[in-house]
Amino acid sequence: MPPAPRRTPADTPPAPPRRPAGTAPADGPAAVAPGRTRIVLAEVSRRDTGADRTRVELTQQTQVGEALVRGLVRAQLALALRLSLVVAIGLGGLPWLFAIAPSVGRVTAFGVNLPWLLLGVAAFPFLIAVGWAYVRLAERNEQDFTDLVQRPEC
Amino acid sequence: MHNGYVVPAIVAVTLATLGIGFYGLRLARTTSDFLVASRTVSPTWNAAAIGGEYLSAASFLGVAGLILKYGVDVLWYPVGFAAGYLALLLFVAAPLRRSGAFTLPDFCELRLGSRRLRTLATVFVIFIGWLYLVPQLQGAGLTLATVTGSPYPVGALVVAGVITANVALGGMRAVTFVQAFQYWLKLTALAVPAIFLILQWQADGRPAVTPPDGPAFRTATTVVVEHRATLTLGDGGIREVRPGDRLDFAAGDPVPQVSGTATDAADWLLPNVAGDDDRGLFATYSLILATFLGTMGLPHVLVRFYTNPDGAAARRTTLVVLALVGAFYLLPTLYGVLGRIYTPQLLVAGQTDAVVVLLPGAALGDGPTGRLLAALVSAGAFAAFLSTSSGLVTSVAGVISTDVLGHGSVRGFRLATLIAGGVPTVLALNVSGMDVSQVVGLAFAVAASSFCPLLVLGIWWRGLTDVGAAAGVLVGGGAAIGAVLLTVLGAPLTGWPATLTAQPAAWTVPLAFTVMVAVSVATRRRLPPGVGATMLRLHAPETLRL
Repeated sequence: MPPAPRRTPADTPPAPPRRPAGTAPADGPAAVAPGRTRIVLAEVSRRDTGADRTRVELTQQTQVGEALVRGLVRAQLALALRLSLVVAIGLGGLPWLFAIAPSVGRVTAFGVNLPWLLLGVAAFPFLIAVGWAYVRLAERNEQDFTDLVQRPEC
Repeated sequence: MHNGYVVPAIVAVTLATLGIGFYGLRLARTTSDFLVASRTVSPTWNAAAIGGEYLSAASFLGVAGLILKYGVDVLWYPVGFAAGYLALLLFVAAPLRRSGAFTLPDFCELRLGSRRLRTLATVFVIFIGWLYLVPQLQGAGLTLATVTGSPYPVGALVVAGVITANVALGGMRAVTFVQAFQYWLKLTALAVPAIFLILQWQADGRPAVTPPDGPAFRTATTVVVEHRATLTLGDGGIREVRPGDRLDFAAGDPVPQVSGTATDAADWLLPNVAGDDDRGLFATYSLILATFLGTMGLPHVLVRFYTNPDGAAARRTTLVVLALVGAFYLLPTLYGVLGRIYTPQLLVAGQTDAVVVLLPGAALGDGPTGRLLAALVSAGAFAAFLSTSSGLVTSVAGVISTDVLGHGSVRGFRLATLIAGGVPTVLALNVSGMDVSQVVGLAFAVAASSFCPLLVLGIWWRGLTDVGAAAGVLVGGGAAIGAVLLTVLGAPLTGWPATLTAQPAAWTVPLAFTVMVAVSVATRRRLPPGVGATMLRLHAPETLRL
């Protein structure tokens, strides 16, 4: 074990996040040295106040910020779980169905037995459709979150 | 008797791989270029590269061979291999990219801040990587032996040498181009012959896959047996065969039933039926669990997500991969089914993994078309060995260079590549008789029982602690590894113990999740302090620029 933690390109955290002008740095109260005066254009500061307050809430882990993130995580997880349930029933139910109702396996369409069509062909478009729906809905969740942060109703 | 086009085709694929590798080398200048392609890979290239890397010997050769042998029940392999990407998309893709982790050990340290857990993850990455590499190299050796008659070690050594050199010299930048090229090559190599095969099948008057009075040889055939088996001949006689036995069949002779395969047409054609023996159903669900959840834990799959610019791009890339991989998996089934008609001798010889390579020649005859298509398929198979092995060597070498050697330099990465490629080569040369698809399935089971719970709980549950994660990985992954070693090295088992060790995922995955949650709850005091900030980083969209 080396004494000091190594820094490799893989370890290096991403570049420091950019903050819009007029925001107080989120690193803590020590970041703004006492005695310094910040001069910000009145219009800019007035326009950004609401959104910036929410950003600070988020990055400083206040209760409001925490609740916002929890809401986003919960929404995304619920979406992922709902869609996995669709797959679990749609695909995961098949072995059980074939096992308890052997006659389903003998049904043929286009001269091919149903299990072969379902597993060999239909499963793939089904998976892609679920994936496509997830990408759309997950991006919508994120858009809702972004809207909430950038246009707070306070 | 050997096809004169095969060797040039394989040489061309190898040279193209090296050529694109060296083209990439001219562009690779820094460590960052080597490891993460400087994140300048476009989503389409990236998706094709992920697909190219993922479709291994097991997909290209093994799936068709399994379908020829066992029929409808093993269709879960291709479905599960594709569905793994859906699970990855739903639970892992975007947050993992946002975490900024390049490898699984990185993720452990970022999320839980524990260097011990990082070391444990490193051990598992290397184990899974090598477990997956050995059958790839073996497949290469067996394929080259089948199509050219060369000795077995030649193919394994050629593939190991080419990929080790390529990864050591070009790194991932080169590998990205190579992999994307390999995906399209593999798709073409199965799709074009498939069209000819279907036309030939039509021209032959659409012979039935499961004729009422059993399958028969279409032409006079001599079979050289490769594996010990018990045959039930057409006249009802039973015969034991050993490797090296030669059997002659005339055209129209019924194909003997082979022990250990789907014994009759109904067994092959129809799924498992509930009854007094539920082991088949258990094995099916275990396989589903391993393949659905194992993909996200494969080291060479995760590495690629770092090359996406942001979380949303990672999701879209994964969706494209799902489509590309799904399109590919339509084809092996066709080969397995047509193999039932045109190459039943492979069942008797115990050489079902060769069906993809031998089917074009068997169905289309010895003319130039058949030979050219056979050469194309062999080239595709070689592409499969090269691409998957490259991805595995890259990721194992990345982990070795940062976590074991501790340099993070280009030189360190090159040294690590030699280790990552060398060890499985030695193993592949010394361990024979392992079944390609089975070992790959076991690698999925280990990944599903160790890294899947770690990733899913790490991304979605604040309560995960480093001790809980380590306990879950050790117990779940350890149980799966134990089952793997017992299956591969131990004495043959029968009944339920055999099923539980051959398809362990259905009990090891829930075990890993349970242990991880229970121990985390018990060690609640060890919650990492910045978990709220980590959650924000994993889930907040980049457009907010927080």
